[in-house]
Amino acid sequence: MKTKIFPIFLIFIFSIIFFVFYKGLQNTNVYTPTIKSEIKIPNFDAKEFFSKDKINSDQIFIGSDYYLLNIWASWCVPCKEEHKYLMDLSKKENIKIIGQNYKDNFENAKNFLINLDNPYDLIFLDNDGTIAIEWGAYGVPETFLIQNNKIIKKIIGPLNEKLLFEIKELTQ
Amino acid sequence: MNILKFLVSVIFLIYCFSSDLKAKNLEIEITKNLRCLICQGQSVYDSDSEFANSLKILVEKKLNEGLDEKQIYAYLKNKYGDWILYDPGFSKNTYFLWLLPILMFIFGGAIILRKVILKKKKL
Repeated sequence: MKTKIFPIFLIFIFSIIFFVFYKGLQNTNVYTPTIKSEIKIPNFDAKEFFSKDKINSDQIFIGSDYYLLNIWASWCVPCKEEHKYLMDLSKKENIKIIGQNYKDNFENAKNFLINLDNPYDLIFLDNDGTIAIEWGAYGVPETFLIQNNKIIKKIIGPLNEKLLFEIKELTQ
Repeated sequence: MNILKFLVSVIFLIYCFSSDLKAKNLEIEITKNLRCLICQGQSVYDSDSEFANSLKILVEKKLNEGLDEKQIYAYLKNKYGDWILYDPGFSKNTYFLWLLPILMFIFGGAIILRKVILKKKKL
């Protein structure tokens, strides 16, 4: 009896292992940890996109208005996809859209805005990507909804219909 | 007199170089202990992704600002969570992680001990 149980048990264990690994094959294995939301926005110095004047984050995010910080670059393909949603949001009066130009070439970035239109109320430069780290960002595109100097919502990756709707709901 | 000048300048150069090297070593050590969050199975030091390169610059900046190793880890943990550290601290989220090997060791030891005692009794 004992000798019969053992092979059955072994087969059972292996089939479970096979099942788990097989399932795991289909999962994306990029792990993004959940981070406590409502964290305070960082303080940083940056250069304005067009004038190259130095600005501090205190001068950008003022009062209790809604701000949408969008990290973008002209070389980033998903940024082009989400651009129409940003244009849509730029029509809303109570949100100010702030662009953070991430590791970009100035001429390319300018052409990007000329070709696709400019949804941003203000753009600042992040040439070495360190300001993105201050935000706790992973790459481009990434979007933060900010109110009262706090991050209300963080979106990794491009915007879509559903997220656009969510942002509109939050800023009602 | 000239020889003295020469010696002083050589010592100065060596001093500069060695202190620079020390800072560089610390930077390497820190970036080796950071996980590149957008890569798979690579540290920030090993990776050449945009994210990792920015982090390397940031670590260098923070070191120049006078932050020490622990402060930099704390700063990044605050931004990205425990996951960025290869060596996460002991907190209520990591009790299980840290205590599991000890529990397994104790449990395994108990099994071995029991077997040994039983064997002795049989003899």
